[in-house]
Amino acid sequence: MPGADAAAVERAYRESSGRAVATLARVFGDIDIAEDAVQEAFAVAAQRWPAAGVPPNPGGWIVTTARNKALDRLRRESSRPGREAQAALLHADAEVPEVGPVHDDRLRLIFTCCHPALAPEAQLALTLRLIAGLQTPEIARAFLVPEATVAQRLVRAKRKIRAAGIPYRAPRDAELPDRLPFVLAVVYLIFNEGYTASAGDDLLRPGLCAEAIRLARLLAELMPDEPEIRGLLALLLLTEARRPARTGPDGSLILLADQDRGRWDRAMIAEGQDLVRACLRLGRPGPYQIQAAVNAVHSDAPAAALTDWRQIMALYDQLMVVAPTPVVALNRCVAVAEVEGPARALELVDRLGLDDYHLFHATRADLLRRLGRRDDAIAAYDAAIARTANQAERSFLQRRRDGM
Amino acid sequence: MRQYLLAVHMIEGEPAPPEDQVQRMYKAVDAFNAEVQSAGAWIFAGGLHPPETATVVRSQNGQVVTTDGPFAETKEQLGGFWVIRAPDLDAALAWAAKGSEACGAPVEVRPFQETGEE
Repeated sequence: MPGADAAAVERAYRESSGRAVATLARVFGDIDIAEDAVQEAFAVAAQRWPAAGVPPNPGGWIVTTARNKALDRLRRESSRPGREAQAALLHADAEVPEVGPVHDDRLRLIFTCCHPALAPEAQLALTLRLIAGLQTPEIARAFLVPEATVAQRLVRAKRKIRAAGIPYRAPRDAELPDRLPFVLAVVYLIFNEGYTASAGDDLLRPGLCAEAIRLARLLAELMPDEPEIRGLLALLLLTEARRPARTGPDGSLILLADQDRGRWDRAMIAEGQDLVRACLRLGRPGPYQIQAAVNAVHSDAPAAALTDWRQIMALYDQLMVVAPTPVVALNRCVAVAEVEGPARALELVDRLGLDDYHLFHATRADLLRRLGRRDDAIAAYDAAIARTANQAERSFLQRRRDGM
Repeated sequence: MRQYLLAVHMIEGEPAPPEDQVQRMYKAVDAFNAEVQSAGAWIFAGGLHPPETATVVRSQNGQVVTTDGPFAETKEQLGGFWVIRAPDLDAALAWAAKGSEACGAPVEVRPFQETGEE
């Protein structure tokens, strides 16, 4: 069954590549060597596993194989002049002891990928590539930029890490406050990629969501005094709690208003709401805490009609003060439609320059539908469909469009 | 150990700061230099005369053309520099932050190519 085995290799890649790259980057002190070795190991797996079967611990197999591949290659190269291979071999022999407060290879790698000496878009691309194991085309869709741009960002960022000597190390306590916002933004993006996969037939890629939640939990443990970390964790939990209700039996997308709230994960909601209350009590609100609070309001309503939209709109007003982005403004419009009506919301949506963003067109389409502007709504659904590669989202939008 | 250039960027045409401020800046830079030296990070450093004192020499096909400088017609010009050794970029950035504080101007950090590097 080559088809099933190809899927098993793909699954193992998704689940283990980030951890494998992070571990090997620590061993060899070089991200490129680590990444190449892990790619090589997966190539071997793709050849061998169809006949031999998937090993009981695919992640461990990948790390061991990649380590041996890298050692072989470095020994060959170190016989030639050039210090890089020799340096990496010495590094591997020395096995660096743990320093600083962060004790997870992937977190160390995240802090390196999110180093402020790298451009923000390079930080995101690197983390998605190295930690989340996304392919370049998927990152391009998550960023709404061409593939070649992402590929170039990755190459340049890795070149800078090596040439400028960006250390592969977690920041010291004193540096953490400056370095943290970059990491939080990246963890949130990984979650979003898992929550609505940017391409393919599955709406959800639950592995990435679990990964993002795991990383957020670890960050919260390591830095318990940072309310934005708890805010992010709460936001992820409250969003993830709705996952069982978010798709129908056929994998189709179900909107918040139409979800069976009995299927929401109550334990996750309780944990998320406790976190929101605890961090808001500290009186240092930030974008993640406020977004978590919005989701806490949703999860409080026993039925969609009982949602406290006024409170949600007030929270979005607060969010617009601390994070005035067009996407936040678009989300605020959804609350405006409920409180002040779809006409007012459409007026505000039309002022936003988000033509590349499929949810901009989907939001417009829904408002136009509610206003009875059939032809405009159809055109907006078409625009939304043309801008998403996720099959479940596409069929949802298509059904809405056909229902006009 | 790696080597880094810490380049001080000056905005050309900005009014000179008052004399007491210039004196404070000289003192702060002296103190910073002493700190770099005692930490063993010092390789070389120097302040430059203003860009209008620069001359550009270009040798092409055996012809040497000499023109009045500076080379780049930009407002941002190199005002001075340090060359330091540091274990990694974080350490170099920490020195750059202190250097920028001392001289009151932005400092650009550039890694030197290492021997054997392409």
